[in-house]
Amino acid sequence: MSYKLENSQRGEKYNTIFSKISPAQRRNRNARSRWRSRLLLGLYLVLMILPIYWLLNMSLQTNSEILGSMTLWPQNLTFDNYIGIFTNSSWYMGYVNSMLYVAMNMLITICVALPAAYAFSRYTFIGDKHLFFWLLTNLMAPPAVFLLPYFQLYYSVGLFDTHIAVALAHCLFNIPLAIWILEGFMSSVPKEIDETAYIDGYSFPRFFVKIFIPMIRSGIGVTLFFLFMFSWVELLLARTLTATDAQPIGMIMTRTSTASGIDWGTLAAAGVLTIIPGILVVYFVRNHIAKGFALGRT
Amino acid sequence: MNNKVPNNRAWLLVLPMLVLVAFSAIIPLMTVVNYSVQDVLGPNARFFTGTEWFQSMLNDDALQAAFLRQISFSLIILAIQIPLGIGIALIMPKRGWQASAVLILITLPLLIPWNVVGSIWQIFTRGDIGLMGWGLRELGIEYNITRNAGDAWATIILMDVWHWTPLVAMLCYSGLRSIPEAYYQAARIDRASKWAVFRYIQLPKLTNVLVIAVLLRFMHSFMIYAEPFVLTGGGPGSATTFLSQSLTTMAVGQQDLGPSAAFSLIYFLVILLVSWVFYTTIMNMQKDKPPHGGA
Amino acid sequence: MSWMVWTMPTAIFFSSIAAMLAGMTIWEILSPTIERKGFLPIATTRGDRLFIGLLSAAFIHLGVIGFTALSIWIALAVSAVWLLVLMRWG
Repeated sequence: MSYKLENSQRGEKYNTIFSKISPAQRRNRNARSRWRSRLLLGLYLVLMILPIYWLLNMSLQTNSEILGSMTLWPQNLTFDNYIGIFTNSSWYMGYVNSMLYVAMNMLITICVALPAAYAFSRYTFIGDKHLFFWLLTNLMAPPAVFLLPYFQLYYSVGLFDTHIAVALAHCLFNIPLAIWILEGFMSSVPKEIDETAYIDGYSFPRFFVKIFIPMIRSGIGVTLFFLFMFSWVELLLARTLTATDAQPIGMIMTRTSTASGIDWGTLAAAGVLTIIPGILVVYFVRNHIAKGFALGRT
Repeated sequence: MNNKVPNNRAWLLVLPMLVLVAFSAIIPLMTVVNYSVQDVLGPNARFFTGTEWFQSMLNDDALQAAFLRQISFSLIILAIQIPLGIGIALIMPKRGWQASAVLILITLPLLIPWNVVGSIWQIFTRGDIGLMGWGLRELGIEYNITRNAGDAWATIILMDVWHWTPLVAMLCYSGLRSIPEAYYQAARIDRASKWAVFRYIQLPKLTNVLVIAVLLRFMHSFMIYAEPFVLTGGGPGSATTFLSQSLTTMAVGQQDLGPSAAFSLIYFLVILLVSWVFYTTIMNMQKDKPPHGGA
Repeated sequence: MSWMVWTMPTAIFFSSIAAMLAGMTIWEILSPTIERKGFLPIATTRGDRLFIGLLSAAFIHLGVIGFTALSIWIALAVSAVWLLVLMRWG
């Protein structure tokens, strides 16, 4: 391994520069620095949670309490805002719509991205590098650039205001992302496994489904997490491609501003409900997520 | 990895993906190019204008201002988020239930729909009902994001730091986890200081993920739309109107197909150039180093 | 297809891009490219040089259209020469 070599070279550097500290001093200092880093992390987490807490706090208050006085926690707890959302179909259908197109997008994307990522990780073919770069540029392309033609395109093929339209549109950035992540995971599977399977008489489709996919299960899980994340949070395309039947929740939330002012309680409750699916998804992949964030490349 | 087999039948595996992405990317892109050289008034009324739209867009003062604003925004948030993200990754617990808990908490802002992020901060910073706005007012600080451009900028940057630093932190965290324990043991035997460990062991391992982090953060901040749109609506005046919002206003709000298409193409070319530079850098870095683990 | 509002110049533009890609593919099949280092700071293949050439051509055109009064044909000529130089010595 190369790191041993590097280490011995670097070791000399440390020795010459930093060797004037006694072990007792070091232990003391370690304990102190551990507490300091705990404290800093705690501080960051508290600051990070505050805006979300405030949303939760508001969602459990009545509008008169929100506007009336500054209360750090709900004085008279109410679930009316949530009940209002769950009993009004125009509200909860927003969640159903969002979930539907996100699920469709995840399914389509993973089905076409798996074979493509395998091709990129195992073979060279004419134009492979340029194809890969072109895919990544789609990940970078601002959705605003594509707004108008998308509207025209989906209108002309009769898919406007359907869930599948949004699912297909989100493929623009989700397929490249999935291929990028999956390619990293697949490259860390030794090639000998493929070869052995072919010698044992497996055909490519059977090998792929029976052996290869189970081997990169965690990679697929993490990929699905990322697909969920980017499809769930995107609004610009989803908003442009839908009118009433497939409208995402993010768009319905803008309805809270009525003639009598903004319905803050309902807005907050709806916001809290959009966070919950994310928490569930991240809980399921929590053990693999660290590797996935490096896009399978560490 | 290095021992890939030449096989042009691999195109068959790529084909389904290619058809889908081409449907979503190439047809719209062609349409944008077509729009950009014409004045499209209706289905049957259009005139060829040649390069006129490009000329007017390149010399448009409002757009140039938005472009400069966009660049400075992207650079500012990179300068804050990258060091902060590394710092957080360094102090995150490595194992045990705390590691999972911190992981889930830190990822939270990434999973909130972008317009909800805008709403959260709009509520949070309001002087009458938001904790931060109210708190600052109680402390006697003049703070109003709808009137003061400086406040609006500070709030948008704070919001973006809140929203996206977790991504940088998670990337660095996963880079740090890939460092074998033996490295740290060697450093302990050598009695290396914390700084030396960071400088000579952790930072070199982080370069790979940091390039990805800078790339992703630059790109996403360059197309930021929903959060500032909900938070400030681009105001006060046009102090926080970034490129995507100018484009969307022009394309959807005013229905100026030709100019907005020309603008889209210029925007897209800039993005293409930047991502090509980054991509080439990443690829060359991986070529120079012996591959470890993944691609 | 009418919503795509095709015009002759853009049709010619996209046809020539498609022709270039097809030509590059055929060339690649007949004699595979070898990565080499020319005057560009990085080692490139034929495809890389074509891409760099096209991207810089786009920026040359934008520069000429936006900031000079020169004819677009001059930009096209400069780009074509630049592309050839890049393909041969880049």
